[in-house]
Amino acid sequence: MAEELLKLENIYKNFGNVKVLKDVNIKINKGEVVALIGDNGAGKSTLIKVITGVHTPNSGKVFFKQEEVQIKSVAQSRKMGIEAVYQERALCDQQELYRNIFAGREITNSFGFLDIKKQRKEAEKILRDYIGFTSKAITVDSQVMGLSGGEKQGVAFGRSLYFNSDLIVLDEPTMGLSIQETEKVLNFVKGLKNENKSAIFIDHNIIHVYGAADRFIILDRGEVVGEFNKEDISREELVQKMIQLHESGKIKVED
Amino acid sequence: MNNLINSYFVKTHKLEISITIIALVLFLIYFLGAPHVFTRFPIYRAFMQSMPFFGIIAISATFVVTLGEIDLSFPSIVGITSLIFGIIMTSTDGNFFIAFILATSLGMFAGLVNGLLVTKIGIPSIVATIGTLFFWRGLVNVISQGSGIAIVDVADGTWHHMIFVEKLFGKIPMQFIWFIVLTGLMQWVYRYHKFGNHIHFVGDNKASAQMMGINVDNVKIIAFVQLGFFSALAGIFTMYEMLYFWPTQGEGLMLTTLAAVFVGGTSVFGGKGTIFGTFIGVLIIGSLESGIVALGLSGFYVKFINGLMITVAVTVYALIQRRKN
Repeated sequence: MAEELLKLENIYKNFGNVKVLKDVNIKINKGEVVALIGDNGAGKSTLIKVITGVHTPNSGKVFFKQEEVQIKSVAQSRKMGIEAVYQERALCDQQELYRNIFAGREITNSFGFLDIKKQRKEAEKILRDYIGFTSKAITVDSQVMGLSGGEKQGVAFGRSLYFNSDLIVLDEPTMGLSIQETEKVLNFVKGLKNENKSAIFIDHNIIHVYGAADRFIILDRGEVVGEFNKEDISREELVQKMIQLHESGKIKVED
Repeated sequence: MNNLINSYFVKTHKLEISITIIALVLFLIYFLGAPHVFTRFPIYRAFMQSMPFFGIIAISATFVVTLGEIDLSFPSIVGITSLIFGIIMTSTDGNFFIAFILATSLGMFAGLVNGLLVTKIGIPSIVATIGTLFFWRGLVNVISQGSGIAIVDVADGTWHHMIFVEKLFGKIPMQFIWFIVLTGLMQWVYRYHKFGNHIHFVGDNKASAQMMGINVDNVKIIAFVQLGFFSALAGIFTMYEMLYFWPTQGEGLMLTTLAAVFVGGTSVFGGKGTIFGTFIGVLIIGSLESGIVALGLSGFYVKFINGLMITVAVTVYALIQRRKN
């Protein structure tokens, strides 16, 4: 039996009168990559924002490492070991890389002044060891602006590895990337399993999802409408399910 | 030469270098055009005397502008805090500590109000601070009933008067020393403190900053609060210099102060700025009036050349920024 890392129980989230999440139950084990799929507006982004502490649920329970927790802020979820990698919003464009990597958890002295030297040194290590940047054009002092989509993604990944998180949350990690860069990102996701880290990710591209994930959770209008292990479903079947859902609003569950 | 242009320092300090060159050219023009004035000390003493009043606010406002926000209410915060300072000083027979603490606390409270209106209520800062601009000035008029307060009897010749505005070695106005020290301190906070770092991230991209775990609302509120504090401080400096409170005190600070920030190279879009640039901006904007008159032009040119400087400076920055993208 796999060890459970994160469990959400009966999660509800409303924005005003709009019920975005309705009684969502999901579970993620250690070393498992779970894909959240579903149409726009299905509640995928909201669900991961609940996990990362950007939103707090209206009701429901969250368990992390089998303990009930209330995630009230991003800082708290990070401290627990949940790290988010957001495609476009992962980094701030006009700031240097070494500042971006440590944004929100700066290395400081007790008066709150930054230890620039240490931040730069650690950032250097992340670029070299975790991401494998060799290009001379990119240094820790580079502004993020000049980086390609894949490079930005790499930095965000590197950051999550460096801070040794247990669960990595990926929001559309391949959106807007070239084919080669997509390949790198997917390899990275697969590589997480070897380190017994878990990941939850959202992607519109079923082909990407199928290649990288162990389990698929299908969301529709705020509810979990299907859940499949990779060994139980082929890629074609998964695509079929999604088309079916799109057309009829239901998934046929065979037994 | 090419090496110099491509060096790391130059690449990362383009704004600071441009603004310094603009200031040097300007002072060269003063120097060549009016050597009889600019080779002598008194003009510099006059600059050192007058610049800190709006310079202190400009340095502090750089934080708010870097957030991509604006505060238009500080002239009235100067007004209300100066009024309170004057009232307490005269009614306590010159109790500096009480007057100072109450005036700066009121300044911070006014900043807090701005910050809450912007973050918790969600009013754009330009609109919210137009409201508080009128509100605090209106309150000054109501309380003072249009009359001034002389603090000459309780402030002149005291130790606090000495440390605020008297001349060091009989030459250098103390307010200028304070201005330099505060600029250095704020530069340090701006670049090397967690708070300054967060200011940059929030101004760059609010949503990203939030997701990186930065408390966006708190950062904004603190930025407005510190501007309230420094507005009060600037008001107190002015009070000691003039030994008098008048109900329009602070009016007229708005354009020079914000002009100094923008001429200094801080981006109105947020995320990027420079305290050093603002400092040079203060030297430029603060010297224009006397400089222009010393050059023999009539006072009517002051606004015109002021406008020219601001337009040229922000155009240069926009072009630098565009080339980068």
